[in-house]
Amino acid sequence: MTVGSKLAAGLLVLAVTTGPTLSAEPVKIGFITTLSTTAGYLGEDVRDGFLLAVKEGGGKLGGVPVEVLVEDDNLKPANARQIAEKMMQREGVKLFTGLIFSNTVLAAVPAVLEKKGLFVGLNGAPSQYAGAGCHKYYFQTAWQNDSLHEATGQLATNLGYRRAVLLAANYPAGKDAISGFKRYFKGDVVEEIYTRLDQTDFSAEMARIRSLKPDVVFQGHSGGQGIAFLKQYAQAGLKDEIPMVLSEPSLEQRTAAAAGSAAVGLVGSSHWNTDFDNPVNTAFVKNFTDSYGRSPSVYASQGYDAALLIGSALKASGGSLDPDSFRKGLLATDAKLTRGPFRFGPNQHPVESWYQVKAEAGADGQVALKTVGPIFEQRGDSHSDACKL
Amino acid sequence: MQLLIEQSLNALQLGFTLFLLATGMTLIFGIMGLINLAHGSLYMVGAFIGTTAASQSGSILLGILAGVAGTAVAGVVVELLVFRRLYHRDHLYQVLATFGIILFVNELSTIIWGRAPLLVEIPDWLNGSVQLMPGLSYPVYRLAVVGVGALVAIGLHLLVERTRLGMLVRAGATDRDMVAALGVNIARLYTAVFALGAAFAGLAGILAAPIQSTQIGMGEQVLILTFVVVVVGGVGSVKGAFAGSMLIALVDTLGRAYVPGLFKLLFSSSVADALGTSVASVAIYLVMAVVLIVHPQGLFPESR
Repeated sequence: MTVGSKLAAGLLVLAVTTGPTLSAEPVKIGFITTLSTTAGYLGEDVRDGFLLAVKEGGGKLGGVPVEVLVEDDNLKPANARQIAEKMMQREGVKLFTGLIFSNTVLAAVPAVLEKKGLFVGLNGAPSQYAGAGCHKYYFQTAWQNDSLHEATGQLATNLGYRRAVLLAANYPAGKDAISGFKRYFKGDVVEEIYTRLDQTDFSAEMARIRSLKPDVVFQGHSGGQGIAFLKQYAQAGLKDEIPMVLSEPSLEQRTAAAAGSAAVGLVGSSHWNTDFDNPVNTAFVKNFTDSYGRSPSVYASQGYDAALLIGSALKASGGSLDPDSFRKGLLATDAKLTRGPFRFGPNQHPVESWYQVKAEAGADGQVALKTVGPIFEQRGDSHSDACKL
Repeated sequence: MQLLIEQSLNALQLGFTLFLLATGMTLIFGIMGLINLAHGSLYMVGAFIGTTAASQSGSILLGILAGVAGTAVAGVVVELLVFRRLYHRDHLYQVLATFGIILFVNELSTIIWGRAPLLVEIPDWLNGSVQLMPGLSYPVYRLAVVGVGALVAIGLHLLVERTRLGMLVRAGATDRDMVAALGVNIARLYTAVFALGAAFAGLAGILAAPIQSTQIGMGEQVLILTFVVVVVGGVGSVKGAFAGSMLIALVDTLGRAYVPGLFKLLFSSSVADALGTSVASVAIYLVMAVVLIVHPQGLFPESR
C-alpha cells in the first residue's frame, strides 16, 4: 500500500467517524470468522445466529440500522489481522466480532484496539485479555476459555470420580483445557496425554487409557478431532467401561449428532442448550430452525446472543460507536439472552451459569443434549481478580 | 504384552489406510510426474459419496461401491479437464493448479453436503469388539479395515506384477518417454492410472468415515502424512508405498504409545511430559529425515 492510499484510507475513516450523517448511515460491524477448514461449521453457525438477530430486527440491532461485513479468516491468525486492518482502513469499521479461535483473536485484537476500535468477542476468549491484560474496549459475551473446562472439572468432582486421565491436543488451547480442568478437579490425575493437532487416529491413546484404568476420562478435542475421538472411544469398547466427561466444544449439538450412538450417555458441561426453557431461547430455536433448515448449535446461540448484546449497547448509545458511550451501554445491558441470566464481570467477561448436559437418543433417532442440572450458578472466571479497570 | 499386540494392530490398520492413499499418489507422481495436492480432496469426495450412498441405501457395501466408483469417475473428470494440461508443465504450475482444485472441491462439497460433519454409523455386524486373547479385545471394524487393505495390497501386487496394464505402469514409472515412443497410448494409460489412484483414495475415505469425522477439509489433514509415506517409500513404487506406510504407521503409533513413558524413566515428570510428547509428535519426520540421508531416493525407488 502506498503512502497516498493510506492517507486516503485515513481520510475516509475520518470522514465516516466525524461526518454529520453518521446516524443515518448503518453501523458497520466487521464479522471475521472461520468459514473454511474442518472448523468451517463453527463460523457458519455463529454467522447465521448473528444474522438471524439482524434479520429479526429488520436490518437493525437495538433499533439502529447495521451492516454486517462477513469475511473468512481461514483459521489463520495472519489473515484475521489483515482482514481487520483492511476493514478499518477501507470501510471505516470500528466494531469487530465473529472470531472463533483464540489464536485469531490474539492476532486481530491488538490491531483493533490500537486504532481505538471495539472488540466484542463471541467465542474464543484467551486468558491474555481476561486478567491483568484486560482492556476497556474488549468484551467477551460467551465465556472465558478456562471457565468451560473448570465447569467440567467441577462436574467430575461432583460425580465423585477419583482418578482421571486427561487428553488434549498439543497446542495452547489444549493445555488451557487441561489446566482449567485440573483447577476444579479434586481427584488425582493419573496421566496427561497430549496429541498431535492434526491427529485423527487415536487408537494408541485408547490402548493407553485401557491400560491405565482410570475412573474417568476428560478429553478436550473439539470439532472433527473430537468427533473422531468419541467414535473411536466407543468402538474400542471403552465407553461402557470408563465414563468420559467433556467440555462444551467437545460435546455440543453438532458433535453429538455426528458421533451418533458413540455419544449417547456421555456427560458434559454447557452454558447453553436447545432445551433451556425461557421465551427468548424457545423463539430462537424455532426461528433458527425455520430459517436455516437445521437446528441451532451452541455456536449459533453465541452469534445470536452477541448480536442482542451489541444491539442493547447501540440502543443505549443512540447508534454511536463512540467507545465510551458504547462501553457504558454494553456493560449496563438488560438484554434477555438465549442462555438466561447474564451480566458482565469486572473484566468485561461473562458472569453466567454452567449446567450439566447428557447426550441422549431422541425420538427421531437423532442424538441430542439434555440439560440435567446446574454446576455453577452465576459465576465469573478465574482471571477477573487480576483485572484492574 | 497385550498392549504391544494391540498397538501393533493399530499400526497395521493405520498402515493400510495410509497405503490406500499413498499408492495412488505415488503412481500419479511416478508415472505422470504430477504433484497432486488434491489427492486429499479425492479422499474426502469418497467419504462423502460413500456416506450418502450408505445412508440412502442402508447398506455399507453399496456405500463402498458407490464411493469407489464415484471417486474414480471424479478422478477421470479432473484428469481430462485439468491435469492433462499440466503434465508437461513445471511442478510449480501443478502445485498451484491442484491447490486450486482443493479450494474448488471444498466449496462444491460445502454447497452439496453443507459444513456440518456427517453422521456415519457402523452397521451392527461390524460394530463391537472381538476377544483376540484374554485381556485383549479389538474393534471388529478396524480388523475389517485391515482385511480390506490386505486384499487391495495383494490385488494391486498381482495387477502390477502380472498384467499388461501393470507392465505399462512399471514401464511408465521407469521411463515414460520410452513407453510413449514404443507406441503405447500414453494418454489412456494416464487416465487409467488416475482413475485407479482416485478409486483407492476414495476407498480410504469411506473406510475412514466411521472412525473419523466426515466433513469439509478432512482431506488436507491426511495429505501431509501421505506425502511423508511417498517420500519415505520412494516415488513411483507400489512396493515402496507399502513399506513406507507400514514403517510410518508403526513409528507413529508406537511412538505415541511408548515414547512419553520412556522419557519418564530418564527425566523428571514435567520435563518428560513435554519432551516425550514433542518427540512422539515429530517421530515420523525424524524417520523421514534419516531415510532421506541414507537413501535419498526413498526405500524402494523405481530404478531409472
